[in-house]
Amino acid sequence: MSVFHSVAIISVTAIVTALLRFLPFMVFGGDRAVPRAVLYLGKVLPYATMGMLVVYCYKGIGFTAFPYGLPELISGAVVVFMHLWRRNTLFSILTGTITYMLLINLVFI
Amino acid sequence: MKKTLKTAFIKSLPVMAGYLVLGFGFGIISENSGYGFLWVLAMSAFIYAGSMQYVAVSLLSSGASLIATALTTLMVNARHLFYGISMISHYRKSGKAKPYLIFALTDETYSLVCTGKADEGVDFKAFSFFLSLFNHLYWVTGSVLGAVAGNLIPWDFRGVDFAMTALFITVFVEQWKNTKSHIPAVIGVIMSVLCLVLFGKDNFLIPSMIAISISLSLGKKLIERKEDAEK
Repeated sequence: MSVFHSVAIISVTAIVTALLRFLPFMVFGGDRAVPRAVLYLGKVLPYATMGMLVVYCYKGIGFTAFPYGLPELISGAVVVFMHLWRRNTLFSILTGTITYMLLINLVFI
Repeated sequence: MKKTLKTAFIKSLPVMAGYLVLGFGFGIISENSGYGFLWVLAMSAFIYAGSMQYVAVSLLSSGASLIATALTTLMVNARHLFYGISMISHYRKSGKAKPYLIFALTDETYSLVCTGKADEGVDFKAFSFFLSLFNHLYWVTGSVLGAVAGNLIPWDFRGVDFAMTALFITVFVEQWKNTKSHIPAVIGVIMSVLCLVLFGKDNFLIPSMIAISISLSLGKKLIERKEDAEK
């Protein structure tokens, strides 16, 4: 493939990604008052979006074949438990990730 | 300023682990598809969207059309619209840094700034700038290392990328504990799972976003009543 076409593909990817990131600010970022419906969405979306992102991380797991998503589910549960217990983000992430690495490298081989 | 830098750095540590590893993996894949150092550097600096860059490599090696490229990017990255909508007010007064903050608003950076607050005594404006910059540097560094040295180092970091999932889970739990109305969080999970089952893993994000927006808007009265009860 030509270098030109490769550069074009990368540019299009970069531009569309940036456009998606800038669009809400271009539409609502001026001095005009932001519509109440949008303000409301902006306030509640972080909660819903974080749920969506967690599901997004789990989307590729095959729950019907070995290891049935168990490494991901167990490690996820460890993160939740550790976070409820200590409320220390780094600690929760570290213990969850170590659990996951141990599980996939030693237990569910 | 020193405290701001330190806070931003500490908050960025989980992202550092995730981005170095995921970036490294991206660098290797890209290099092995014939797009080495300079390409990787350009993609990570200018696209700066993790999962999309993995997809971009397959678009490049299959010589996809520009229309297909644009549509694929739209599908994979549409979720960024949500980040923008929820950061409009938080980033309103970010001055000169604003365009960069918006450009660098990845999933992970968003998860760390979406509350619109930094720690006690830390300026949110400077905090969000340094956090965005650090994360961007990790991503570029990881991917360039992967392109340059990926095939020299025995690749056995299997599982470190779970740090990203873990980060999102902690943010989810943290938000859950900090608010009384759990309806938005529950809507987010249920609608995403529903759309994942209905539309499959490659196509569920946009339907989820639509379902979430509609459900949240329909539930506005109920959710706001709960939030007011909180105060």
